Amino acid sequence: MGGYRAAIAAAAIVPLAFVGVFFAWPVAHMVSLGFLDGFGGFAEALSRPRTLRIIGQTIAQAGLATLICVALGLPVAHVLYRLRFRGQRLLRAIVIVPFVLPTVVVGIAFRTLFRDTALDGSFLAILLALVFFNIAVVVRTVGSSWESLDPRQEEAAAALGASPVRVFFSVTTRRLLPSIVSAASVVFLFCSTAFGVVLVLGGTRFGTIETEIWLLTTQFLDLRAASVLSVTQLVVVVVLLAVAARARGRSLAQKRASRPRPIRRSDAVAVFLTLLTAAALMAPLATLLVRSLEVDGAFSLRNYAALATTGTRNALVVPVWQALGNSLAMAAAATGIAVTVGLLASILLSRTPRSAGGRRALEVVDGTLMLPLGVSAVTVGFGFLITLNTPPFDLRSSAVLVPIAQALIALPLVVRTLLPMLRSVDSRMRESAAVLGASPLRVLATIDLGLARRPILAASGFAFAVALGEFGATTFLSRAERPTLPVVIYRLIGLPGGDNFGMALAASVVLASVTVVVLAAVERLHSSKIGSF
Amino acid sequence: MPAQGGSSHPVPPQKREHALKKYIPLAAVAVILLAGCTPTPEKTTLVLVTHDSFALSEGTLEKFTEQTGIEVQVQAGGDAGELANKLVLTKDSPLGDVVFGIDNTFASRVVNNDVLLPYVSTDLTDAESQYLLPEGSGGGYLTPIDTGDVCINIDHAWFAEKGIAEPTTLAQLADDETYKDLLVVEAANSSSPGLAFLLATIAAFDEQGQDAWQQYWGGLMNNGVKIAASWSDAYYVDFSGPSSEGDRPLVVSYASSPPFEPAGATGVMLDSCFRQTEYAGVIAGTEHEKEAKQLVDFLFSTTVQNDIPENMYVFPVNAKATLPAGWENVQVAENPWFIDPAAIDANREEWLAVWAAIAQQ
Repeated sequence: MGGYRAAIAAAAIVPLAFVGVFFAWPVAHMVSLGFLDGFGGFAEALSRPRTLRIIGQTIAQAGLATLICVALGLPVAHVLYRLRFRGQRLLRAIVIVPFVLPTVVVGIAFRTLFRDTALDGSFLAILLALVFFNIAVVVRTVGSSWESLDPRQEEAAAALGASPVRVFFSVTTRRLLPSIVSAASVVFLFCSTAFGVVLVLGGTRFGTIETEIWLLTTQFLDLRAASVLSVTQLVVVVVLLAVAARARGRSLAQKRASRPRPIRRSDAVAVFLTLLTAAALMAPLATLLVRSLEVDGAFSLRNYAALATTGTRNALVVPVWQALGNSLAMAAAATGIAVTVGLLASILLSRTPRSAGGRRALEVVDGTLMLPLGVSAVTVGFGFLITLNTPPFDLRSSAVLVPIAQALIALPLVVRTLLPMLRSVDSRMRESAAVLGASPLRVLATIDLGLARRPILAASGFAFAVALGEFGATTFLSRAERPTLPVVIYRLIGLPGGDNFGMALAASVVLASVTVVVLAAVERLHSSKIGSF
Repeated sequence: MPAQGGSSHPVPPQKREHALKKYIPLAAVAVILLAGCTPTPEKTTLVLVTHDSFALSEGTLEKFTEQTGIEVQVQAGGDAGELANKLVLTKDSPLGDVVFGIDNTFASRVVNNDVLLPYVSTDLTDAESQYLLPEGSGGGYLTPIDTGDVCINIDHAWFAEKGIAEPTTLAQLADDETYKDLLVVEAANSSSPGLAFLLATIAAFDEQGQDAWQQYWGGLMNNGVKIAASWSDAYYVDFSGPSSEGDRPLVVSYASSPPFEPAGATGVMLDSCFRQTEYAGVIAGTEHEKEAKQLVDFLFSTTVQNDIPENMYVFPVNAKATLPAGWENVQVAENPWFIDPAAIDANREEWLAVWAAIAQQ
């Protein structure tokens, strides 16, 4: 019992210390600057019509985008994770590509597609872009718990005469609810803090709390109003998380490794929606690809050849390939941190304490780990600058800050992927192992971790993708001589001339391809493990 | 947690304590590892805090190290506004020793918040005095390093093809139906060239009354100006130039943009230019004041100044600097629009709020 307790205590300390030092402390310090002369700022800032409009827009945008992501993501998850067909792995990897692409490049691809249509600069364009970026969260989170869902209940319902639609809505969705709610809350947080894409597609007209905090902090240095908005953001996020926790409940679904089946006629609607979604995801990507292969109106590989250089007139500090190397190294470090911390946190959160107080404490921990997704990167970034300046955390100019910040953003995704699995471990399995003489740590290692191997792989792939594409925090913290690929792309696209623009597009295609390759490799590893437990 | 699992393996209390203690050194090691990644300098290392656009050829900063034995580490810190605000927020524990990239629109904010030590490079001559900031707006604290204009760029081919005369004054863009739907600008509240263009219009219509610029922007809106969020967005998506995708032949960009396009394809509208000058200064709180001043001098020396145009696409301020080939053709406005940095700092927020309302942003 003691060793077990100690392990649980350690599992609690690491994630809490991590989030405490690298998130809570910087944010609290930064927000407190806005309230140095009292809380009078609240009434003033919240009475500005602009502030109210912006809060409303944030909630509407993120809410609608989340609904669309879930509605489209479910059929796609079904097709990609429950069925079996050729090219499935590739399709799974493609779905996640948008998630890692730099917003500035996607923004340009979208605007090129929408120019001269009524969509240009519209609210709908922003919604579509938010769905484009985030649908992967729903597909992967729901998909990975769907694929390990015991299909016998559905089979029983079908045998009793329920139509496939009825089976889906009354049996499957209910059992998937925890992971759907998980995915939806992550998507909502991502959407409500979306920054680049909102600005590029809608300008500050469709500003959100996030863009407004950026404006107030980086341009106006109006910390009072920025802090009011940061607190508002926190309140919205906490309310959302509380509602989500309630709706999510605790998964009671029986898990059993199930073999995917071939496509049937009843899958027609889902397959159609999947193809439609894939086509919609591919359109902006295809625009990028085609445009990257074009120099002066003719087909050419010159933009790709240029990636080995520092660009026209020394546009860059390092060649693009070297930046890719930096990106991979940092993303690997970030994945290591996020998965280690996330796994410890998930083990902790999957326990069911006997006391009500203990359960409540776990709920608070659960929510706290999600917060980094819902709080402005500007607030966190500036918070880093004013807090991480004394030993032992004198890290402001240190290269480790980049993977740490990336891990902070990937952490909630890791937890949301691992937790449903760990929670659904049948406690009787643990009990049997214990009865047979296994020590509590051994039970944890063989039962919990053994079953979590697949979700751990899925979570690692996801964390890696997030880290690879992360731009906001990375550009804020990265050292000039070690830029990542997204930082380099951003720099290239900020310079005039067809050469630089072409190179930025080619670099984006490379970033997308590397993501597909890495994730396809993870998928391969992942599916070869089927049946190993 | 299953009850049997726990009770079947009782652990004596001292062992439990031991298990907990095991993690304390682990945590300590982690902290040391994290902290250990900051290198401890043997010789003096200066941290040069800059904006994201800072770039010099390889080997340029190394020349400073060769000359003085002082190492330089570059720390990029966002766009000009972000950089200025970061410095203000961290003035109690500064980010570095020297800053480069404070421009005339943010200079007074930085200086008035006591971020800098008073120092202007003693190598400056009368030829560069035109770039010095007024007293109270950064004068005495900031050394000019580079300068460049934000101007409307014109796609010559488009106008030649349509047989329309190119616009020459700002007023035409708002009054003249000929130029309807032809201009794309960046939003002043999310883009620094966008802000520069807004300032150009404020300066240009100042004579006609304090609020004349507001009517002007109303006119621009009626005449179909398009507002993009960022420079890359406006330039590559909406502008019709040779390396762009769009159909608008007028875009707010830099005076140095045309040389990047095929020769003679684009040019600048000289009546629309606003000059941005970027400065360097010594950050208060540095432990290496003498060395920091040397670095500011070095940034003003011809070694760096000759290297600036090809790397940052702006002009060096040093009169002795030589321009690279091709740069003599860059058109430069003789009298760009100008606003006192102190006035910019005092009014920026109000101007942007009014602008946002007119431009529906």
